[in-house]
Amino acid sequence: MSANDPLLQPAVVSSRRAFLRRGLEAGAAIAATGGLAAWLWDRHPPGTLGSRRVEAPLRDFSINDSGRKMAIVTGSDRVRTLRRALEAMGGIERFIKRGDRVLVKVNAAFAAPAALSATTHPDVAAELVRLCRMAGASAVLVTDNPINDAESCFTLSGISAAVGAAGGVVVLPRASDFAPCSLPDGRLIRNWPVLREPFRGVTKLIGVAPVKHHARAGASMTLKNWYGLLGGRRNQFHQDINGIIVELSRLARPTFVVLDGTTSMITNGPTGGSLADLKPTNTLVVSTDPIAADSFGATLLGKTYHDLPYLMRAAALGGGTTDFDSLRPERESVS
Amino acid sequence: MKISTARRAAQIFFLCIFLWLVLVASVGTGWTQWRGWPIGWFLQLDPLAAIGTALTTHSLHPGLAWALLTIVLTIAFGRVFCGFVCPFGSIHQFFGWIGRHLSRPKDKMAANAYRPAQATKYYVLTALLAAAAFSAGGALVGGLQIGLLDPMPLVHRSFGLVVLPEADLASEKWFPGGRFAEGSSVIGGLFVAFVLLNLWIPRFFCRFVCPLGALLGIFARRTLWGIGKTGSKCSECGLCEVDCEGACNPMGPIHVSECLMCMNCLDTCPGAKPLGYLERPSQGGEVTGHGVSRRGFVAAALGGLCAAPLTRLGGLRKAWAPALIRPPGSVAEDEFLARCLKCCECVRVCPTNVLQPATLEHGWEALWTPALNNRIGTSGCQLNCIACGHACPTGAIRPLTLEEKQGQRGFEPAGPVRIGLASVDRGRCLPWAMDQPCIVCQENCPVTPKAIYVSEVVQTVRDGRFEVVSTDGETLEVRGAHMAPGQFTSGDYACRLPGEESGRAILASTENSLTLDASASRLEPVPAGAILEVQIRLQRPVVDPARCIGCGVCEHECPMSGLRAIRVTADNESRDPRHAVLLAAHPV
Repeated sequence: MSANDPLLQPAVVSSRRAFLRRGLEAGAAIAATGGLAAWLWDRHPPGTLGSRRVEAPLRDFSINDSGRKMAIVTGSDRVRTLRRALEAMGGIERFIKRGDRVLVKVNAAFAAPAALSATTHPDVAAELVRLCRMAGASAVLVTDNPINDAESCFTLSGISAAVGAAGGVVVLPRASDFAPCSLPDGRLIRNWPVLREPFRGVTKLIGVAPVKHHARAGASMTLKNWYGLLGGRRNQFHQDINGIIVELSRLARPTFVVLDGTTSMITNGPTGGSLADLKPTNTLVVSTDPIAADSFGATLLGKTYHDLPYLMRAAALGGGTTDFDSLRPERESVS
Repeated sequence: MKISTARRAAQIFFLCIFLWLVLVASVGTGWTQWRGWPIGWFLQLDPLAAIGTALTTHSLHPGLAWALLTIVLTIAFGRVFCGFVCPFGSIHQFFGWIGRHLSRPKDKMAANAYRPAQATKYYVLTALLAAAAFSAGGALVGGLQIGLLDPMPLVHRSFGLVVLPEADLASEKWFPGGRFAEGSSVIGGLFVAFVLLNLWIPRFFCRFVCPLGALLGIFARRTLWGIGKTGSKCSECGLCEVDCEGACNPMGPIHVSECLMCMNCLDTCPGAKPLGYLERPSQGGEVTGHGVSRRGFVAAALGGLCAAPLTRLGGLRKAWAPALIRPPGSVAEDEFLARCLKCCECVRVCPTNVLQPATLEHGWEALWTPALNNRIGTSGCQLNCIACGHACPTGAIRPLTLEEKQGQRGFEPAGPVRIGLASVDRGRCLPWAMDQPCIVCQENCPVTPKAIYVSEVVQTVRDGRFEVVSTDGETLEVRGAHMAPGQFTSGDYACRLPGEESGRAILASTENSLTLDASASRLEPVPAGAILEVQIRLQRPVVDPARCIGCGVCEHECPMSGLRAIRVTADNESRDPRHAVLLAAHPV
């Protein structure tokens, strides 16, 4: 490299004026550095964790214009039982209005085919999407934070294809879709990551769950289904499974729930894995009271709500009733 | 006095201060121990540490404001930090002098001529700062890797972890029993390599590698005063370049940013002294560029930018390393890596040597960051020690109080700071796996109440059925499997007689007799031919995860000397709620 290199330009000749100018430049550089340092000055060096903004819990999506209502329809064709049950409830239009943005929380927990009934049946999910669209919903989103790989779960269960064909949108949860959330007076859902992003702009919430045996909780139905809204190291909650389901019943207050007991998993839940774990029970429930729906669902598994402490505790907190007969459910049959 | 003599005095002065601060970075009240010395002062003076952490954390840790002083000095007077203050620079200068002082002036001139390769350090700086600046979506924070080559962390790490312990090997004055550092050969080897390179080219590290020197070179680019030519006639004898430390070409045009302010040229300049420390610019012309090519700069910046995510794509952030146990008070891992300078002051100060510089085992990013090794340490993390957090210059480890560390006096709701969780390996634990009494771990657990409790069982020992031959007072002559004399006298053994529900303690045993404690009831003669059983009472350790703080004292004390039967992992560490094991049930 020589002195002729364009990078190596000799500087200008000194003068008093030049020195003053350089002095000012140096002063400005020092002032800028000092100012930057003052601006960046950390008044609160690393303290305790958990200072992130905590979101308010989910809003209440229930419609309380005519009290709690429930329909129990027997039959083996899910599309027909679902339609009949909604008709008995007063029609889907009673719940879904034109322009509503609907979020459907399915149970897509496992990457298993629909025939194993470990997940929400695609026929129910798709028909629900279709009915919401027909009622004028502007968008119907279908989501879950499954246990197995999300995309595999939605694909293998058949939910992705069926929902897509019916005009719904499957939302696979991303890491950034979760935000810390605290349930007021919650003991477990405190500053806990909850699947929040799919709820943006949503006006109606529907839960759709199969009837399943669950080794830890006794049974997994519409209330346990909300577990899929939780993120983080949620398997810790198995240390207090009844407690977390009770809190979930307060976190998610849906417009209505669909409990699909067309085929029930009576043993080896919640994963199942064999047709031998299943039993045709040919019943589908739609209810605005998830506790009542699950209390009825327990009977399909040969249990009662007495076997499921979370139902009794959730009911005691005013979230619904275990005495589903008190709702005078519409009972119909399609065959 | 010649200016170079003053500079030499300053260098010796600051080198001594540095060595003193490294020496006294040790917990205790002796006169060579900490007692309030500002042990991190040289690190705080380091503008690269300040700027690097400002890029990763978007804030300036209070102590690092000292770096402003260095910056101001450099803007006004040039790289006086490199020439007068930097302890690593002084070491390089000394070894450069060793290598060259017998050489002919002509050879020295050649060795001290400006080389375009001196631009390399600017690329190093660019890559390191680009890596630090990388940040996307909050999931990935910047990667602070300046400490690999920043001379301040490097020299603290090298002296504190290698040079000082090695110097002490013979006397064991400062470190009775020795002082150990994982990967010491790499840490020390790098240091030695940089020092030895001075024998080839003086100030090799300063000229070609040092990212801090590069940063100061940028600040010095428009320095107010500097080495330059007066109007006096210069014969261009070249004597000024014979001992030039910065290889900055003082004969002109001088490379302003390369000048280390060694001032040697001023002393050697003969005659009418055309060289001086003057208002800039020099009458002999100046080069204010750094010789950095645009292509090289872009390549270095892109390299640095890509390096941070590259290391993360390894997935260590998701499959976080449970063997990486951070010292108490450490912030969550992302923030930790954004702050840790790898200076190893915490490692140096740790009184039990349990804190170690992490090796590549925990990923590139974690190299030379502090992690506990309960087998190397002389004991685990001491319950009443908070030294590491107070030694950390950047807040990667928070300066805890004892109250906060132990969860007392106002910190009860948060509980004690947990750095991990011990778990018993029931396949190796003596009482669990081998029916031997032990519970050393339970005894040594420093937590109150103890985090380790015992689960008690009484069971018949192997080949523990004996046939009674005769009875003599409290002594039974028996026949059965081989008994070593005294085998059952440790106090853990009892003998269950026929027809008795519980056993009687065995006080003595020979190869064919058992002497029993008869304090409860007199021993009746036992009929010959009756079968009795020798039983052992085993206490098996169980860890209560709600109480264990992960200090590792149990692991250190475990008699399974290789792979310990009770080991600590970072599970349940309180710095990251996602690592919690227990359901954190808050009271309503």
